[in-house]
Amino acid sequence: MAILEVRDLSRSFGGLQAVFNVSFTVKNGSIKALIGPNGAGKTTLFNLISGFLKPDTGSVLFNNQKIHGLKPYQVAGKGLSRTFQHIKLFHKMTVLENIMIGRHIHSKAEFISGMFNLPWTQREEKAIRERSLEILNFLGLSEMADAEATSLAYGQQRIAELARALACEPKLLLLDEPAAGLNMRETAEMAKLIARIRDMGITVLIVEHDMSLVMNISDEIIVLSYGQKIADDIPLAIQKNSEVIRVYLGEEDA
Amino acid sequence: MGHQRYLQILGLISAVIAVQLFTYYTDTGHHLTQLTMSAYYSLVIIGLCLLIGYAGQISLGHAGFFAIGGYISAFLTTHNFLPYKDNYFISFLSKSGLLASREDLYGGQILIFHPWAACIAAVLFAVIVAYLIGGPVLKLKGHYLAMATLGFGIIVYKIVLGTEKFGAADGISDVPSFVLLPGVEITGKLPVRIMNYYVAWVIVIICMIILLNLINSRIGRALRSIHGAEDASNAMGVNTAKYKLNTFVLSAAFASVAGVFLTHYNGGIGPSEASVMKSVRYVAIVAVGGMANLWGALIMGVLLNFLSLRGYFGTYDDAVFGGILILIMLFAPEGLLRIDLFRSLKGMFLKISDSKEKT
Amino acid sequence: MNIELFFQYIVAGITYGAIYSIVAIGFNIIYNTTGIINFAQGEFVMIGGMTAVTLHSFFPLPYAILLAVIITMIAGALIEIIFIRWLVNPSVLRMIIITIGISILLREAALYIWGEKVRGLPYFTGTSVSSLSIGGVHVSPQVLWVIGISAVIVVALNLFFSYTMPGRQMRACASNRDAARLCGVSASNMITLSFVLSAGIGALAGCVVSPITYVQYESGTGLAIKGFTVAILGGLGNSMAAVAAGLILGILESLSIWVMPTAYKDVISISILLLMLFVKPSGLFGSKEAASLKEF
Ligand SMILES: Nc1ncnc2c1ncn2[C@@H]1O[C@H](COP(=O)(O)OP(=O)(O)OP(=O)(O)O)[C@@H](O)[C@H]1O
Ligand SMILES: [Mg+2]
Repeated sequence: MAILEVRDLSRSFGGLQAVFNVSFTVKNGSIKALIGPNGAGKTTLFNLISGFLKPDTGSVLFNNQKIHGLKPYQVAGKGLSRTFQHIKLFHKMTVLENIMIGRHIHSKAEFISGMFNLPWTQREEKAIRERSLEILNFLGLSEMADAEATSLAYGQQRIAELARALACEPKLLLLDEPAAGLNMRETAEMAKLIARIRDMGITVLIVEHDMSLVMNISDEIIVLSYGQKIADDIPLAIQKNSEVIRVYLGEEDA
Repeated sequence: MGHQRYLQILGLISAVIAVQLFTYYTDTGHHLTQLTMSAYYSLVIIGLCLLIGYAGQISLGHAGFFAIGGYISAFLTTHNFLPYKDNYFISFLSKSGLLASREDLYGGQILIFHPWAACIAAVLFAVIVAYLIGGPVLKLKGHYLAMATLGFGIIVYKIVLGTEKFGAADGISDVPSFVLLPGVEITGKLPVRIMNYYVAWVIVIICMIILLNLINSRIGRALRSIHGAEDASNAMGVNTAKYKLNTFVLSAAFASVAGVFLTHYNGGIGPSEASVMKSVRYVAIVAVGGMANLWGALIMGVLLNFLSLRGYFGTYDDAVFGGILILIMLFAPEGLLRIDLFRSLKGMFLKISDSKEKT
Repeated sequence: MNIELFFQYIVAGITYGAIYSIVAIGFNIIYNTTGIINFAQGEFVMIGGMTAVTLHSFFPLPYAILLAVIITMIAGALIEIIFIRWLVNPSVLRMIIITIGISILLREAALYIWGEKVRGLPYFTGTSVSSLSIGGVHVSPQVLWVIGISAVIVVALNLFFSYTMPGRQMRACASNRDAARLCGVSASNMITLSFVLSAGIGALAGCVVSPITYVQYESGTGLAIKGFTVAILGGLGNSMAAVAAGLILGILESLSIWVMPTAYKDVISISILLLMLFVKPSGLFGSKEAASLKEF
């Protein structure tokens, strides 16, 4: 069963066709990778799915519900959360507070209840804090809970972003180059982590340039080039696909 | 966490009482007048602190909201509605007890709004204006946001300055006192100076508690996340547009309430309350207080307003605030209370000697 | 509607519009090299005018103006060197507040030096009552001076940016600061230069317009907000469009007197600013994409 279905999605910037007529599905409980050369339109596709950009044409269905045209926070509310290629942790907030923002969609205190610090909001705050600490524990970051998030080492910032997205308890997680800037050991750990997240029942759609990571963990791979889908298959088949090889070798030539 | 918050409030309450007792025993009770006014100005400042420091949205137009509150309540409580008493709407208001008869200075009968009705109308109007302009204004960022709010402030200023009914350059005077409860009235009259000092500070303390609760709640955290990385906040499910708008409206409400009360306390309001310089001054104080620091904003709000109202800055009043703004932003953008002066100064000298070496 | 009066209003509109355009171009020059909106831009105009008036009691008019422009340029350079140059990656909020602070200090300094009195240079040619008749419309010669000098400023700036080395370097900085630095352009010198330039043209504008509008220590704020409105109408950073936008705003404002009391004249133009910001912040002529690529 498909948790995400993208149909004929297109988006251009001025004269540049960043994503053109892309269709694919993501199976529930799987890891699907999205690869392609720089500028292929991968991040743009993520932005279209998560509500940061509006498609020119086409549709995005999440659990058979239309989500294109929704605002990012509405998409998040439906159970789809994401990380960013360029880390976007909240400045001047601790790691724990960053993760606690992830619990936002699972809590309810609004302006009035917050202003009067009602007993139920106090209980809710406590629950948010405990659940966030659990998640930090799961990812091995609990020692850094009170450090300012943007002061962490780069690799830890990537994990903190992942933790924040996980705190939303999403059904589908979009990861935009989670291993970018990580060393080999960290990349391997990230791969394990992503596999564990899938095993928890969370579907993952991942953009990544690190081929060993992609080939190892993904169930299926889509290849994008100049905004168009040129392949969509299991890893073994992708490795043999001549079109894909041409695109990647062509890139090396340049 | 919670305990610390209440201890701080307790400290504030003791300080308020201690200051009053001090002025009583040293026979310096006249200072209470400026302390009362500073308290009302501080309401604008702590509201603005929530908006700028926590939600990260600058406003250079909050004097506009202060003026809307002050002017509307001043107008409704001084303008004679007697000539319109046959008007359907006015007679309806009159029958519902929202209007009151009063003798004017010359002994004639005039029909004016009850201060409570005027107050509610004024704050409501400010809130509506904030909602209407807040929607499109808060979509803007950086310079665009600054200029749009500045533009709003100037529009309010030009309107009160150019409107005869608002007294044009003279403003509105003879605003009556505001009877909050039987026996408790907001007025500048000397015999009730001490009571008014406490009234103002009770209002400030209540507002402080509300805001402290808010910033320590889920909403406060969401606001800080908007400041920290708005996109990411949205991706985490925070309705950033709504939260920014609510905060803007809340801070506008604080400013208008301050405008209403201070106008009754002073017995009038003039166009300078709506001026750009006032808006800038509020921002300056928030900056000195440390941006995301409600206590800093309150302390600096009281201190700087008090010094300014007592005339310590003389004719250099505006220059002092301009200078404060620059110095703080150059050397201690995190605010005075966490001053990192030494490092910035060193950085500046290194830079200068650096560029000298190069040439 | 009286047709002659109508043209009279149009001429007045063009005069003010020309000045707004110059202020807007001043904003654009600094914005392009630094990404900063200099809230003290209006004060350059005020200082230029005030200084020229004072110097005119010692020197003949042309020298007084020349000196005033040079003094204001030096002030512009000093401001950049003292307050801006050494900041490392300042946030937008910080820059806004700093330039606001500078504008307040300049205004207060002007108040201290010149008092609250309203001043103006004499008419460059003729007197306040002399007028030329152009096609039946009576035009003060000073109006021609304002329009003429504004035109000269625009043309000269264009030549400067296209044909001189520093001009080209400034443009390089504007389009990509890091790349320009790699090619050996000193970005911080270009930034100082941009402050000098906008101070200079602002001061010149202040001099030519002062016989008509007079200047006072407070004149800067109003001009700055009008200039900013024009800069936004034209699209931030686009100086040629600012000229067109300036004329449009000047004429609209001038004609608004027909429908609204004069006291609300500024309300009209600021409402235009707000509308523009709400509806199309990229400006009348700008594309949305181009604006969204810029960082604010
Ligand atoms: N907001 C935007 N405005 C204009 N052009 C854009 C915008 N976002 C992306 N583009 C362009 O669209 C194309 C696709 O960009 P995108 O970021 O989606 O590529 P990508 O596949 O994620 O590349 P990378 O591997 O480098 O992250 C690029 O040419 C980019 O310059
Ligand atoms: Mg990308």
